[in-house]
Amino acid sequence: MRLTCPLCGDRDRREFYYSGSEDTLTRPAPDAGDAAWDDMLYLRTNPAGVTKDLWYHESGCGSWLVVTRNTVTHEILATERVADRKGAPK
Amino acid sequence: MPELFAKSALHGQKPLTRAGVTLSEEVLGPITSVACFPGKRALVAAQLGGFPAPNRREGNLLWTGPEQAFLLGQAPDLSGLAATTDQSGGWAALRLNGETNKLLARLFPIDPRSLTEGTCLRTPLFHMSAVLTRDDKGVLILVFRSMARTAWDEIAHAMEMLQAREAIAG
Repeated sequence: MRLTCPLCGDRDRREFYYSGSEDTLTRPAPDAGDAAWDDMLYLRTNPAGVTKDLWYHESGCGSWLVVTRNTVTHEILATERVADRKGAPK
Repeated sequence: MPELFAKSALHGQKPLTRAGVTLSEEVLGPITSVACFPGKRALVAAQLGGFPAPNRREGNLLWTGPEQAFLLGQAPDLSGLAATTDQSGGWAALRLNGETNKLLARLFPIDPRSLTEGTCLRTPLFHMSAVLTRDDKGVLILVFRSMARTAWDEIAHAMEMLQAREAIAG
């Protein structure tokens, strides 16, 4: 398996650390209530199809990536830096 | 106070030549990590005479991550522009000269042909964090100083295996 880091290019899977669903990027407001926080922290969908996960380019540039992939075909559809979402410079 | 002297990470290690590649230690001298504060990269570049783009080196500056580089040498005063930390002695540098591509293919999970002069990559040497670059003298590998002998051993082993394979092939 290979992932394309937006900074480093096409790299081997061993350079990356897997950190689960991208849900954790979206935090509810502090006063959103137990249900919203429970949902963010513990409830995960397990789709057969397109999913978005967080990967860390641990042995590379140190960027956090959002990787869009298909769990049925194993196709990697897109990679994006979390920092780019937030408008950080490269 | 006793007389102290600085030893390099692989002090006394003789160069090793196998399969057309020579491995040796390189003593780099001072290394300063320069991490730009948000939005200050252009000002840092003006002070340092440039700042490397991702996967590149520029003169004495090696790219080590987003908005971050190692300066081989002392940094000028970059107060308010970048976080600078002294990394001297924290890294060991290994030099490869000769026909390096076959060897690099055994050591790093990248295409060695992409490592042209002026390239500087973050990619692991087995499980060791490394900086891999090529300059006009050859390939330079930076690893944590504590990993220097492990890195040497792994590279030397790959060189022995490569030489053995070439001997069989005749």
